[in-house]
Amino acid sequence: MSDLNAFRQETRDWLEENCPPAMRVSTKGGDEMCWGGRNYKFASADQQQWMERMGAKGWTAPDWPTEYGGGGLDKAEHKILKEEMLRINARSPLDSFGIWMIGPALLKFGSEALKHQHLPPIIRGEIRWCQGYSEPGAGSDLAGLQSKGEDMGDHFVANGQKVWTSYGDKADWMFCLLRTDSEAKKQMGISLVLFDMETPGVTPKPIKLISGSSPFCETFLDDVRVEKDQVVGEVNQGWTIAKYLLTHEREMIGGMGMIDIGSETLGQIAAKAMGVEYGRMNNPLLRAEVAKWEIDGACFALTAERVTDEVKSGHGVGATSAMLKYYGTELNKRRFETLLKLNGTDAMVWEGEASNEGWLPRTWLRTKGNSIEGGTSEVQLNVIAKNILGLG
Amino acid sequence: MALVLSEEQQMLKESAQGFLAEFAPVAELRKQRDAGSETGYAENLWGQMVEMGWAAILVPESYGGLEFGHVGMGQIIEQTGRTLTASPLFATAILGVTAINAAGSEEQKTELLGAIAGGEITTALAVDETAHHAPTQISMAATKQGTGYSLNGSKRFVADGGTADKLIVAARTSGEAGDMKGISLFVVDRTAAGVEVERTAATDGRNYANITFNNVEVAEAALLGEEGQGYRALNATLDAGNVYLAAELLGISQESFDRTLQYLKERKQFGVLIGSFQGLQHRAADWWSQVELCKSVVLKALQAMDATDTKVPALASIAKAKLSEVAELATNEAIQMHAGIGMTDEYEIGFFIKRARPAQALFGDNSYHTDRFALLSGY
Repeated sequence: MSDLNAFRQETRDWLEENCPPAMRVSTKGGDEMCWGGRNYKFASADQQQWMERMGAKGWTAPDWPTEYGGGGLDKAEHKILKEEMLRINARSPLDSFGIWMIGPALLKFGSEALKHQHLPPIIRGEIRWCQGYSEPGAGSDLAGLQSKGEDMGDHFVANGQKVWTSYGDKADWMFCLLRTDSEAKKQMGISLVLFDMETPGVTPKPIKLISGSSPFCETFLDDVRVEKDQVVGEVNQGWTIAKYLLTHEREMIGGMGMIDIGSETLGQIAAKAMGVEYGRMNNPLLRAEVAKWEIDGACFALTAERVTDEVKSGHGVGATSAMLKYYGTELNKRRFETLLKLNGTDAMVWEGEASNEGWLPRTWLRTKGNSIEGGTSEVQLNVIAKNILGLG
Repeated sequence: MALVLSEEQQMLKESAQGFLAEFAPVAELRKQRDAGSETGYAENLWGQMVEMGWAAILVPESYGGLEFGHVGMGQIIEQTGRTLTASPLFATAILGVTAINAAGSEEQKTELLGAIAGGEITTALAVDETAHHAPTQISMAATKQGTGYSLNGSKRFVADGGTADKLIVAARTSGEAGDMKGISLFVVDRTAAGVEVERTAATDGRNYANITFNNVEVAEAALLGEEGQGYRALNATLDAGNVYLAAELLGISQESFDRTLQYLKERKQFGVLIGSFQGLQHRAADWWSQVELCKSVVLKALQAMDATDTKVPALASIAKAKLSEVAELATNEAIQMHAGIGMTDEYEIGFFIKRARPAQALFGDNSYHTDRFALLSGY
């Protein structure tokens, strides 16, 4: 215990000395995220410094092994680090698909050589990753993907088209699913490969969304050379890793990552927006909508808590990531529909400073994707029906 | 506190499950109904429950109880939802104990709580006067007369009102309908002169009564707590009542789900199992997800009562609102997915909807508690 106390003190001192004051202030929206990468334009020198200092210490990936540059912290220490960062309201130093997705997959399935090659630059924020999964003809039916990797002996040649590549135009490397055996049953002929986005033949093109922003790309692959030593796990065994990553992604999207609307509850926002007379908010139908959302929101938060507690106490998992993803994303969509109504015509304003450049309507439109990305709500319901309820 | 059961609580849950499945399954409810039972439950059942200590679970040790707590009692009530078991547990061991413990004097607690724990008396809580739950709207009068009081007025749909030995009655000693102040609680013998009890026949076969009080004279000692200050204890009792009704509705929602899921895996149409149809799979998966949410909120509300958390009123309303919504979904989907056979009296699935609705309505339905939650949240 005294070891942990000492760790807490050291952590507190280190953060005090190394976290720039500007990195201890939260702002609404995406501008406080830091993605890193070869061509990343930092929002400020403070942001860069904060990422580099944390990266050098391995604390951008606190629980990864030190031999790959990670923090090497155990669960208790990791918790202390989170608490100490929260205490000073420190921002996340690095937001990265490398840390969230391909890193954990490499740790679990990758060769030593791949781990040593890719994990350190992920941790230091030097290489930014994107995911090449979906294709125009393979959305919900991901295993039906058609982009091919032709075996040329010492390398593969990739041809095809990927879509919904998050920040494909800004990423340095891609982890990508290719069909490497077209004879096998569809799940059995898929490999997970890694390549540099600067490889000749790789062309990402941004897709403009209904929200007006372009966080996703379609990525064309024309005779792209992929080295054989960049296959994660065994050739043709990529589906297992893909499924692992999908579960991971589901937890990230559905779970507790509800879009931040500030420190006020929906009820408080509603009361201010509509006014309260004799204890009750004006507009009874909207009041009921807000209250029903808050009741469901409370029940959902308690369920996320219960699932975590059940895992911790070894009682087995009561609900799955599919259920949390399904319900959480539907809740988030409902919440933004309600927020829109609470703001009336103000919520329709798309540009200009008064509307924070249309933060509300743009975020509202973005939430429509929550129940599509990482497996649609309908796919989650299929997963529950088949895997939990045993309905075939 | 972690949202999981302790080992002792888990054991109690399992033993309740075993006991109820053996001695009080749904078939027992049918038997009572068909026999036109006055009580709505088998006579020896309550005796067995008392023997197992269930009547004493919420009674403090200092008054001869087990003081095992709400989470434990909640497990039993959840199981009674699965078997649709009627008994005095709710009106006596929960409502009676909570009201007396919250408002009673030392003498009253010693006498009444001990008697409840020992199975010597049963109680009923008489609050509402119309078909809609409205605890502040009490207009029944308690007029000072000599050293005692004279009670005049009527109460509606009192659970176990037809059989309870003691009625815990909320009446007005001052103020008018709508005031929280001026409400007082009295313990009245059901057989006292001037008490007229009319048993109703409800959808769930349980004994509810409409009770009229005509110049019922009670001594000063019948007053539970201070004159005019009864609302606090009444409110706490109603919160507890609603959390336990939510726990029962959780059992109902789970059991109707389990039975329906089984049916989806047995019933064939068009040459295939109906559970292979996506139109039913998605509804079943959504229903299951909703029940998962319900498990969490019921456990949290029970834990909050054990910790005498200040959030109990809000959690009680969240739990009752959510569980009323989901039990409505569950019992309706159960009948729709069973289709024709679900409409027959012979099949048991129809019993669940007929118990769920009165449990939803008693002490405030979904709309009442959604409104109350909003008020408690400042809008």
